[in-house]
Amino acid sequence: MEKSLRRYFPLFALPALICFTIAFLIPMVWGFVLSFCEFTNITDAHFVGFRNYIRAFTVDNYFTQAFWFTLAFTVVTVITINILAFALALVLTKNVPGTNAFRTIFFMPNLIGGIVLGWIWQVVLNGVLANFQQTLLSDSKYGFWGLVILMNWQNVGYMMVIYIAAIQNIPTDMLEAAQIDGANGRTTLFRITIPSVMPSITICLFLTLTNGFKLYDQNLALTNGAPNHQTEMLALNIFNTFYSRTGFEGVGQAKAVMFTIIVAAIALVQLVATRSKEVES
Amino acid sequence: MRKALTVLLIALVAISSVFANGASESSGRTEIYFLNFKPEIADVYTNVVKPAFEAAYPQYELKVVTAASNQYQSTLRSELAKSEPPVIFQVNGPVGIAENATTVAPLQDTDFYNLLADKGMALSLDGNVVAVPYAVEGYGIIYNDAIMRKYFALPDKAVDINSAEEINNFETLKAVVEDMTAHLDELGIQGVFAATSFMPGSEWRWTTHLVNPALQAEFTDLATTQAAATFDFTYSENFQKLFDLYLDNSIAPRGMVGSYGDGDSMSQFALGQVAMVQNGNWAAAQILGTAGNTVADDDIKFLPLYMDIEGEESKGINIGTENYLAFNKNASPEAIEGADVFLTWLYSSDEGKQIVTNDLMFITPFASFSSDEVPDDPLARQVNIWMNKEGVTSIPWVFNGIPSEQWKADFAQAMLEYINGRYTWDQVTATAQDAWAREASLTGR
Repeated sequence: MEKSLRRYFPLFALPALICFTIAFLIPMVWGFVLSFCEFTNITDAHFVGFRNYIRAFTVDNYFTQAFWFTLAFTVVTVITINILAFALALVLTKNVPGTNAFRTIFFMPNLIGGIVLGWIWQVVLNGVLANFQQTLLSDSKYGFWGLVILMNWQNVGYMMVIYIAAIQNIPTDMLEAAQIDGANGRTTLFRITIPSVMPSITICLFLTLTNGFKLYDQNLALTNGAPNHQTEMLALNIFNTFYSRTGFEGVGQAKAVMFTIIVAAIALVQLVATRSKEVES
Repeated sequence: MRKALTVLLIALVAISSVFANGASESSGRTEIYFLNFKPEIADVYTNVVKPAFEAAYPQYELKVVTAASNQYQSTLRSELAKSEPPVIFQVNGPVGIAENATTVAPLQDTDFYNLLADKGMALSLDGNVVAVPYAVEGYGIIYNDAIMRKYFALPDKAVDINSAEEINNFETLKAVVEDMTAHLDELGIQGVFAATSFMPGSEWRWTTHLVNPALQAEFTDLATTQAAATFDFTYSENFQKLFDLYLDNSIAPRGMVGSYGDGDSMSQFALGQVAMVQNGNWAAAQILGTAGNTVADDDIKFLPLYMDIEGEESKGINIGTENYLAFNKNASPEAIEGADVFLTWLYSSDEGKQIVTNDLMFITPFASFSSDEVPDDPLARQVNIWMNKEGVTSIPWVFNGIPSEQWKADFAQAMLEYINGRYTWDQVTATAQDAWAREASLTGR
């Protein structure tokens, strides 16, 4: 068994490997190379060294501005999404009537695409703000909180499902033992439930963190960075850099490479940090 | 159940692959790929132009793709990188040519170029003609003359003139507009001007069109604008005067501009909720096509963009073009030849000219069109009237010399901050100057 597995491994892994190489590995390596080039399309690139990386910061400060905005947004959404999702999961694993209906309803926003969601929320939020003679573009704080609301609405259901699965997997004898020992709800939550679902917390934190950093379509549809680039997130800034000036394709590419490195680094740190808190069940 | 589903899926995949192959192999015809710039007439290309051309020239297959509003540059960029790139594409002037310098084909030997009445209107690069204009357009303040007549018939109007046609400078315009705002209920409108649309993607009416008279007053012509390393925005105050007039007498309060697109502004005009809107003759289709349109054809007229610039009494509306067609020299020779056949057919055959005048509604710069072959829409007729008006010269379009898209974006955002009350006008001016200097140096001026 072991032996034949090893023999046939390349054969079975090959299709996936080919796809991975064509659709991910090659573009990524090429993208990295292009970040050191000036080009209008990939056939006419020529090497310019680090100029693109320097220009990414010296021409305007929108990239750093976008970084701080994205960071603030990610911190807020990681906290709110996970707390809300976990709270909902707790409620919906108690035997409340209509649990399945609620789970379905909370999950549904996640099935709608980002652009559509952005438009829907733009109409809703502009409708609310119209009462105060304002729009989403009147002040960057509206854009910020609009994005936070949108992101929560979309992602809470998804994370909730992961938490529900984890909570349902907690062995009932552990909870019963706690009950017999006289632990109250609070102690049970912090001493049994949360440590037991730690692997799911790792996954959810990872997903929300990277989703926050990578957010593009919702940002584009809701505010498109207005007013004055103040609600422009990293991905949108990269796209805009690529197309806003002649000869700036390479700068956009350089920003994209830095973006990848930043997100990967932060996600790795998070993974290591939360993994260490996981307990073997 | 699961088995049935699997069979179904496999069948679907099989069928779709058959279709995918069929599309590329069934035709032995040469494909002419045209990347269209104007979303408002996308349907005309697919429903009228394509069948008519393919009936006349069965050996060709015309493929028209339309880029989404404000997305032309990015769409073009990605389409050009594909293995079957567009053959005919649009450039918006000298800046567009610079962006596509490695793509544009020489056109001096094509029949299409030779149709041009004034060959000087074509754009060149390194001694080759590379872009040919195909539509002349005009813009200004579009007004609803029915409402204006109603206003001038008011017993207590505050101005001495008796018709909108007598407005010939900013001072008069301002007096009329402000007095109209004081009489909104009697006129049955909700604002004099349509919303100053600032929804993302809708800022172009201000960042290019409204700034054009100020640019022209400072730089005079396109060549100077295009070479300018700095922009003093000498006429900043003039720009502000008209911009403020729009904002203060608008149907939309300042805080709400961000929720309106230019389509909304045109609907407001078509529904008779406002008396004026700044736009060009291409918007005629939008006005006439609005369900519940209350504006009579004969009442749709143009006023120039008066902003208190000296001598503006003898200036007309802004007439020019940013609609140039270029050929892709990297396309196959057959496709390039086909492109010439197609455009020559469209702009010189009787059938093609019919379509251009009646369906595409272009005022063309080609010798093949006689002076009575102009579109039968009210704004195109108005452009014609203004072009030939005694004692008035049109303002040429010089905004094509704006150094980059980024300048427009920065200027738009500064204006939005001004509307939101966080920028003074001086800061807007400074942004326009600084961004111009920066972008000009980045583009090597």
